Amino acid sequence: MRQQSTSTMSVARAIATKDLRIEWRSKVLVNQVLPFAGIVMVLFAFALDNDGILQRVAPGLVWLAVLFSSLIIVQRTFAIESADNALDAIKVAGVSPAGVFLGKSVALVVQLLLFECVLVLLSLVLYQVHLSWGGAVLLVTVSFLANIGIAAMGALYGGLGAAAKGRETLLPLLLLPAVAPVLIAATRATESAFGVSGATLGEGWPWAALLAVFGALFGFGGTLAFGVLTEE
Amino acid sequence: MSSVDEAVRLHNAVVLLGSFPALAEASLVVKKGEIVLISGANGAGKTTLLRLCAGLVPLARGEATVLGFNLATQRKEAQAHVGMLGHANGLYLDLTAQENLQFWGAVVGASAQEIALSAQRMGLHTRLLGTTVAKMSAGQRRRTALAILIIRRASLWLLDEPHAGLDAAGRDEIDSILREATSAGATVIVASHELERAGALATRRIEVVGGAIVERGTQ
Repeated sequence: MRQQSTSTMSVARAIATKDLRIEWRSKVLVNQVLPFAGIVMVLFAFALDNDGILQRVAPGLVWLAVLFSSLIIVQRTFAIESADNALDAIKVAGVSPAGVFLGKSVALVVQLLLFECVLVLLSLVLYQVHLSWGGAVLLVTVSFLANIGIAAMGALYGGLGAAAKGRETLLPLLLLPAVAPVLIAATRATESAFGVSGATLGEGWPWAALLAVFGALFGFGGTLAFGVLTEE
Repeated sequence: MSSVDEAVRLHNAVVLLGSFPALAEASLVVKKGEIVLISGANGAGKTTLLRLCAGLVPLARGEATVLGFNLATQRKEAQAHVGMLGHANGLYLDLTAQENLQFWGAVVGASAQEIALSAQRMGLHTRLLGTTVAKMSAGQRRRTALAILIIRRASLWLLDEPHAGLDAAGRDEIDSILREATSAGATVIVASHELERAGALATRRIEVVGGAIVERGTQ
């Protein structure tokens, strides 16, 4: 009988690799989520195309598109676990819940980063915002830090709702309020990166630091809470 | 019989699904090394009994011990030693059989050799190993799930209709694997409607009737 148990980090690596491999093969991000986000951004452009409003609100629009799309990505990452009841198999195997949480979070961060690269490029074209080299560095930093917060909350609430009835509607109700602080900080920092609404580049870095705090809090809290919340 | 010899001990165990008592004061003792067949009508509580032993449903009342671990307080500890194959196979449909096996190997710390041996044992040849699970037949998926169960090397095997969807060779192979597992010290509990097939394998039969357990004697 097998007695040894694998470490949390080994489990996290296995889960993240598996999730990214499934995404690479199924192409849901490319074929479904990106077109959805593209349509949302184009609709924003149609609705707000008036006297430079678009440039001023572009940072908020980009992050709203990210948040709405992240709901689909998070739902997808737990749908693959419930399609053939793999989640039960993971639970029965006594796998470290912290490892599952970290693995899911890492896979979500990677997917969100790739996704945001396309959205930012789209916003440069559609909303005609300017991005300097310094702004690009700030934006990459902000995206990475914001993604940690979104991914951690997404993994936590996605796992919580995975076995629940009505999970499709439960996830937005839980996730969107929880990541509201991330949305605010990321939008302010992106205003600085784009140089809109009179924001300077230097004003963006304190927001980035705040995102780092959110990411650390959400990541640490999620690692501790995931096992307890998903046990039943 | 001392508790050291027991794989499962339930005493007046009650499991509620919502407000419905899926198990109603069920009592059962399974000795280590036994192969116990659970029979019963649809909805009688067979699957709930297996899920309780796997720590997947909470105990509402009564006592339940699995491999010496109290399920009320040590569910995680018990789960590390339990392998379960339910109605679903617990596979990732977008991955190949090989990738599913490798994932579980990484999660439970199995070597590449163990993975290869379990695949070979379940008749998963090279071409099949490279096939995505979504494109496999029901029987091939079942074989893959059983190969994963072999990798787990659990002390308590909980199987819900393990022969379903398998051809004759696959069924024989399962029976042989289960006998091997028990001779290596594992305990097996099988829920099945195929009484003739599973009955020949089992050392004892119990029946679940309306959430309660009735002994049907040794085979």
